[in-house]
Amino acid sequence: MKKYTYTEKKDTRSGFGAGLYELGKNNPNVVALCADLTGSLKMNEFANEFPDRFFQAGIAEANMIGVASGLSIGGKIPFAGTFANFATGRVYDQIRQVVAYSDKNVKICASHAGITLGEDGATHQIMEDIGLMKMLPNMTVINTCDYNQTKAATMAIADFVGPVYLRFGRPKVPNFTLPDQKFEIGKAILLNEGSDVTIIATGHLVWKAIEACEILEEKGISAEIINIHTIKPLDKKAVLESVKKTKCVVTAEEHMMNGGLGDSIAQLLALEMPTPLEMVAVDDKFGESGTPDELMKKYGIDTLDVVAAAEKVVGRVVR
Amino acid sequence: MVNINELEAKAKIIRADVIKSLAEAGSGHLGGSLGLSDVFVSLYFHILSHKPSKPDWENRDRLILSIGHVAPVFYASLAHAGYFPVSELMTLRKLGSRLQGHPGKEHGLPGIELSAGSLGQGLSVAVGLALGAKADKKTWRVYSIHGDGELQEGSIWEAAMSAAHYKLDNLTALVDRNNVQIDGKTSDVMEIEPLADKWKAFGWNVLHCNGNNIKEIIQTYEKAKMHKGSPSVIIAKTKMGKGVKSIEADYTWHGKPPKIEQVESFLKELE
Repeated sequence: MKKYTYTEKKDTRSGFGAGLYELGKNNPNVVALCADLTGSLKMNEFANEFPDRFFQAGIAEANMIGVASGLSIGGKIPFAGTFANFATGRVYDQIRQVVAYSDKNVKICASHAGITLGEDGATHQIMEDIGLMKMLPNMTVINTCDYNQTKAATMAIADFVGPVYLRFGRPKVPNFTLPDQKFEIGKAILLNEGSDVTIIATGHLVWKAIEACEILEEKGISAEIINIHTIKPLDKKAVLESVKKTKCVVTAEEHMMNGGLGDSIAQLLALEMPTPLEMVAVDDKFGESGTPDELMKKYGIDTLDVVAAAEKVVGRVVR
Repeated sequence: MVNINELEAKAKIIRADVIKSLAEAGSGHLGGSLGLSDVFVSLYFHILSHKPSKPDWENRDRLILSIGHVAPVFYASLAHAGYFPVSELMTLRKLGSRLQGHPGKEHGLPGIELSAGSLGQGLSVAVGLALGAKADKKTWRVYSIHGDGELQEGSIWEAAMSAAHYKLDNLTALVDRNNVQIDGKTSDVMEIEPLADKWKAFGWNVLHCNGNNIKEIIQTYEKAKMHKGSPSVIIAKTKMGKGVKSIEADYTWHGKPPKIEQVESFLKELE
């Protein structure tokens, strides 16, 4: 298989902060808002360098979303940041009415998504956010895999007109994609060509899929890996082309099975090309305190879970 | 000079169209639309700086309607101001119409800044507009319209806090103080008094007026414009159903339309 390496682990939220800072320098219409989590979101550099374009919202997320909508009517490109839990579930109706249904050019930037937020526990570990956001008409949903991709995505969504949900996380994860890459919204990335199974992953599970692919290779299973950073709109063509060849699929994500990437893929396949599918995702459970690595293992979304799912789904194919 | 008689005549026409369009629609909110007709006429025919032939004119004053259920008076005002043909008012709430039951931005009606209907959200949007205008040193102003029952939504007070924090004196909110909401009197459903004290405590400049007196409404808006250093709120006392004596101040008219056979007598009452 194609070799992927990384020199360091970096947090995707820092990729967001770096991308936002670049936008600060290059796009005068970009403004940023944060609900008292500026340090956690890595928005400090932007806030310090461009104080006239940074608005502290306080612990008032509902108001922040509305303010962002208002700023966009005046021609600004607002990036509103907070934890994924408070950026979606807490303010769903605000996003629905004054962002999505009003079709406003607001970028909702959600950090600490998923279970790898870790020790703070289930109150802060949202694993439903992709589902909540992808159900909204007009909303684009992006979940990036590493620092470099998050930085590129942050910059790319400023040039896209329309509401976007950008999801990233807290832990340091392998930074393996290229710096200064071109980020194309809605375009899947084929990371490895294979013939026996297609592994479709999003977020930092993409790296887990690469690790799984190496293990599968030793077991004589050739896996194709697709990096899906845009969950909506889904790159249907890329998925169907790969599945046509491999005849079975594993999806991998740090999200609930309900409403996540796997659910989108299952819908696509059921409608267009019924195919055996296994999902690596959290199965209808709230999280708990623990380190990210411990939680990934316990909740069944680690490398070996991807391997097991691939072996299982390959066995389901009638060849 | 403002000709109050002309504006009062305009309010009568708009009330008539509210009644007719709601009767034709067969559902919708009559009481609040009639009660706010004088406020809308004051805004669209005197206070607002806007160009109906150029709805996206960059320097327009922005009006954020937070209570989408008074869409009928909003639409009638937009139509008579010249944003779209008056005849289109009779498509209200019909399939395929640009005049949705509550204003929907994506349906393409000119003059709408925001979709609204779910309460308590418009003030935040108005704050965002005012904040952006201040940052860019723009001179256009921001106006928002709220219900009194709507103030029971907590997000209103998040927005109120932020408007004062950012000293948004380019923002004037108006509260339609008609004392009633769907389930009855606001004082019975959930007391919002002492209302002026609440806004003052949140750092706002509080003004009062009779919201069914166009001269007073205009004078109060002018006062708000002169005020510097903090946002202004106008607590406008109105009568739900104003103009149609037989239904005035009757909360059961919050959410229902006139029947077709009532239209003639209601229009007569306007005279």
